Amino acid sequence: MEIILAIVIGVLYAAGVYLLLRRSIVKLILGLIFFSHATNLLVFLAGSLSKVSPPFVQEGQKVAQSTVADPLPQALVLTSLVIGFGITAFALVLIYRFYQSSGTVDFDQLKED
Amino acid sequence: MENLLMLPLVLPVLAAIVSLFAKNSLNFRKASGVFFTLMQLVVAVVILVKVYRDGILVLHVGSWPAPFGIMLVADMFSAIMLFFAGLIGFTVSVYALGLMDERRLKFHFYLLFNILLLGVNGAFITGDVFNLYVWFEVMLIASFVLITLGGERKQLEGAVKYVTINMVSSMLFLAAAGLLYGKMGTLNMADLAMKLQNDPSSNLVASSAMLFFIAFGIKAAVFPFFFWLPASYHTPPVAVTALFAGLLTKVGVYAMIRFFTLFFIPLGGIWKELFLITGGLTMLIGVFTAASQYDIRRILSFHIISQIGYMIMGLGFFTPLGIAGAIYYMGHNIVAKTNTFMVGGMVSKLKGTFELKSIGGLYKTKPYLALLFIIPAFALAGVPPLSGFFGKFILVKAGFDSHHFFVTGISLFVGLITLFSMIKIWNEGFWKKQPEEVEEVVNYTEKKVGFALIFPSVVLGLFSIGMGVAVGFFFDFCMTAAQQLLEPSAYINAVLGK
Repeated sequence: MEIILAIVIGVLYAAGVYLLLRRSIVKLILGLIFFSHATNLLVFLAGSLSKVSPPFVQEGQKVAQSTVADPLPQALVLTSLVIGFGITAFALVLIYRFYQSSGTVDFDQLKED
Repeated sequence: MENLLMLPLVLPVLAAIVSLFAKNSLNFRKASGVFFTLMQLVVAVVILVKVYRDGILVLHVGSWPAPFGIMLVADMFSAIMLFFAGLIGFTVSVYALGLMDERRLKFHFYLLFNILLLGVNGAFITGDVFNLYVWFEVMLIASFVLITLGGERKQLEGAVKYVTINMVSSMLFLAAAGLLYGKMGTLNMADLAMKLQNDPSSNLVASSAMLFFIAFGIKAAVFPFFFWLPASYHTPPVAVTALFAGLLTKVGVYAMIRFFTLFFIPLGGIWKELFLITGGLTMLIGVFTAASQYDIRRILSFHIISQIGYMIMGLGFFTPLGIAGAIYYMGHNIVAKTNTFMVGGMVSKLKGTFELKSIGGLYKTKPYLALLFIIPAFALAGVPPLSGFFGKFILVKAGFDSHHFFVTGISLFVGLITLFSMIKIWNEGFWKKQPEEVEEVVNYTEKKVGFALIFPSVVLGLFSIGMGVAVGFFFDFCMTAAQQLLEPSAYINAVLGK
């Protein structure tokens, strides 16, 4: 499972960088989205995957009976997903306004003035 | 008493809420914006004095024990930075009263301004790597909106670059934090410092360290990563630029100094060389490109970059004097840089443009403005007895003491070129005659500079002089901070409670 996730992360990063380097500003945003999801998956994977029980403690006990998964990477990913989503929404609005005011989505067209 | 540390976070949130709900009264919003930033300054002074007297302040939020819960930590370094954030917050909020147009004020300028200060304050006092990321994001999202506020075409263009590069650097930061957690199993800074001290395999975290270096390097605009800054900083109104120039890049430098003195020390010699090389190149490239510009804001934007180089160099020396010099220089630069932008804003208000070629004769018509400009400009260039001279003096002394002659020589040379470009603004803007043919073209009627514009500039100018005249007083704080940074055991003990 980890190896598949690792490959997915690599592909996402590669696609993200490729799109970031395009001239079109729409692809730039797509690239940022890929980039941010690759990073989220990376954080998730860095916490290591294992088939253990969820981190709950049974009623009336102080510690969990079996080995539990580490909940922290999930919490981190949850936070960063929310932040990334917010920024992506902002970026989308930004390119829309940018398109409205400049009439182009091509970076090379901007150099004229 | 530790609860005091909540205030730098609570006050901006309160200010934002008040500003959001008082949407019908612009005057009330203005007043509350200034009032709350003044309160922040007062709180920051109280924290600074308290930390100086009693040592490191730690607040375990929600009483969760140390490596697990979120915590706020203020050592001397954090307290000094909090103080400067408060000072800049207060002066810029007054300045914005005079310069910001009605439309932008109505679009919640003060709300965003306070959220930005919230992010900056949070970044300065957090004790946890992931929280630092979150505070960075709070700060960045507010700055994204501030840089686009008003929606002019130029601003949108600058904002696209600014948003993209900052998003990428945040992703690198997050990836670094994730990898660090995977290797060390903790993200608490003090806990990390303790674990990495005793861990012989700490070389494994070098990849994280490099990612952190790149992420903070982008935010601080050091040498290979600085191109976004001059492309975007000159687009928003000057009040926003002054705030960004003073604070945002310094948060990157703050994080770099914090990380590489607290827990990435065992990584050995190559990092110091890396800091010295990037510091030297940052100084040189920034100042050369600045010298070739003719727009006031662009000259000053490139100067931000070259000044960052001094701080990175101070970190690279890695002696108490070097770090103290870097901290002193950071404080001096926050004050002087913001002030130069403020004066630039006044010039453009009088003349309607930032282009030096069509400005002139200001010395004759507005002599006080020339004086206001000369103080921060000479402070930046390092003319005694202003603050920049002692900042440079401390750094140069630290460089000679640690036998880094070459990079120290570069820093002296860069000081000369800085003086050159400041004199260029002086000559073109204040000294030479107003070019006649341009005056007809510009046809600009607004000839007044209000009290709200002059007052913050005077305050910051006096502070620049004060930092120079009472250098021993300020240096004492910086030296304490540097000693705390280079002796992380006090920090670790204070946080982990051992």
